[in-house]
Amino acid sequence: MTALEKTGKYILIFLKYFSLVFFSFVALLPVVSCVITAFKTDAEYQNTNVMTLPESWFNFGNFVDAFNKAGMGRAFLNSTIILVCVLLFSTIIGTQLAYVLDRFKFFGNTLIRNLFLFASMLPGVAMQISVYEIMYKLHFINSLPGYIVMMCGTDVIAIYIYIQFFENIDISLDESAIVDGASYFTIFYKILFPLLKPAIVTACILKGVGTYNEYYCANLYLQDKTRLATVATSLYTFVGPLGSKYNLICAGVIISLLPALIVFITCQKQIYSGLTAGAVKG
Amino acid sequence: MGAQLKNTRRRKKRTFSEWIKSRDGQKVLVMVAFMIVPLVLLAVFTYIPFGEMVNFSFYNMKYIGARKFVGLKNYAKVFSRDDCFGALKLSLYYMGGSVVQLSLALYLATLLSFKVKGGNLFKGFMFFPFLINGIAIGFIFKFFYTRGFVFDTVLQWCGFQLDNLPYWLKDRSINNISLVGTSVWRYFGQNMVLFIGAIMSVDSELYEAAMLDGANKFQQFKYIILPSIKTIFVLNVILSISGSLSAFEPPYVITDGANGTGTYFVVMHEIAHTQQKVGLASAMAVVLLGIIFIVTIFQKLFFKYVFKDSTQ
Repeated sequence: MTALEKTGKYILIFLKYFSLVFFSFVALLPVVSCVITAFKTDAEYQNTNVMTLPESWFNFGNFVDAFNKAGMGRAFLNSTIILVCVLLFSTIIGTQLAYVLDRFKFFGNTLIRNLFLFASMLPGVAMQISVYEIMYKLHFINSLPGYIVMMCGTDVIAIYIYIQFFENIDISLDESAIVDGASYFTIFYKILFPLLKPAIVTACILKGVGTYNEYYCANLYLQDKTRLATVATSLYTFVGPLGSKYNLICAGVIISLLPALIVFITCQKQIYSGLTAGAVKG
Repeated sequence: MGAQLKNTRRRKKRTFSEWIKSRDGQKVLVMVAFMIVPLVLLAVFTYIPFGEMVNFSFYNMKYIGARKFVGLKNYAKVFSRDDCFGALKLSLYYMGGSVVQLSLALYLATLLSFKVKGGNLFKGFMFFPFLINGIAIGFIFKFFYTRGFVFDTVLQWCGFQLDNLPYWLKDRSINNISLVGTSVWRYFGQNMVLFIGAIMSVDSELYEAAMLDGANKFQQFKYIILPSIKTIFVLNVILSISGSLSAFEPPYVITDGANGTGTYFVVMHEIAHTQQKVGLASAMAVVLLGIIFIVTIFQKLFFKYVFKDSTQ
């Protein structure tokens, strides 16, 4: 290798790491600046530049304050209830639907798949104009169960993940169970459902993050913000008179994204593979 | 023969309870039991509202109270009011943003698909913004762009004078670009992960064979990576154009549509839920869905045609 080629190679390596470091910096800067500010006392916040590091990294006063002011205890409780119910119901109906769509050939199979696919392409914000009226008629406004039922609805990505998984489970497994006299319910719940575990974990993580972060419908349908706030909508407390106390706001923001961060750190692989699986098929 | 006849007659006269116990009956039963809930949900929360929306668009109405049939007047308003159809011009900013976003994602995905020290860490850093909830993003960027705060400070480190910097969210010549920036920030990592997934699905022997044949990195990119991500790339282009037309979150959570940042959907949301002009908002939604539908079909045909040519 000549000297020139060598320098060229080093320049390329430098460029590669420079790009990665630079864009990681860009991705982290807005969040990191929030973390810095969240640890500052009021006096510090007013007198120092936003990017100056806080005097103490143990000043959790803002976090406690934000947690109480925004009623985040209640919000975490509500979000947990919503999360558990939505994941439970959507897993049951999603896997059952995928089972029928993959294992049974019947008139309308493709039509049903397409109906779900088309539904996923309709922008949610536009749909809520008329969904609002339906929610009103069903007395689902300001009702946690109502919101949960709505959130359990169509989730094409999960259905695709399940269908893909069923395709890879050998159908002879079903057939031998049928010969043994097992009913379809038994086949599904005793044999196939346990095998689906990896797919269920992946789909639940994706759906879970989505549900936890959902704020538009939560804001629209759970209007009673003291009783029915979710973690995301509890942040609305900071709109208005508290709107310039950014040390408090940043603390609230950081609290709200901690669960997502923890899930991300522990389940990176599933999140990546889930996204990829859902996207390639969709 | 008599027994056979008797047998067929009995099959015809099989009672319902017998039928439900047979394999066929079981099959139908399990299909109905497993599909009824998702299909009802699909109908109640997607297709019935969809029909209602089309219906609403012909009325002058609020959610509660009397409705008046007005024919196509709402549609006429969508095209004549400048805050409605004119707002679609802002989509151009978001389309520009998605070009930046997709190229950046492709570039970084290519870098990360080769051996990189700490690759997973970089990937994680860049992906994480995708997992932050919308309202938090709103606050983070209100803070980020505030005069003299994060962004201005970093620019001052780079030698800019504060006096020469614009107000990122107020200045009408730049605020839409600031908002598009937040959207690129949020999604480039997610796009990157999708591209990496597609690149990784290529058989690694292909790269080894290419290396043996003396192909350089650029040739590997052109002949192996690019074809492997074709599908997902096309899908993302299609999604990003319909996404740009229906851009909503950045202005909704950061500026509330003030100072000329109100995209079509932000205006529509305001008309529907604040002013309660449900008919007009429905007409806006129907018009945009129509546009998205047409654009998507054109794109699909376009890509089909273009890629057919390039592979031959």
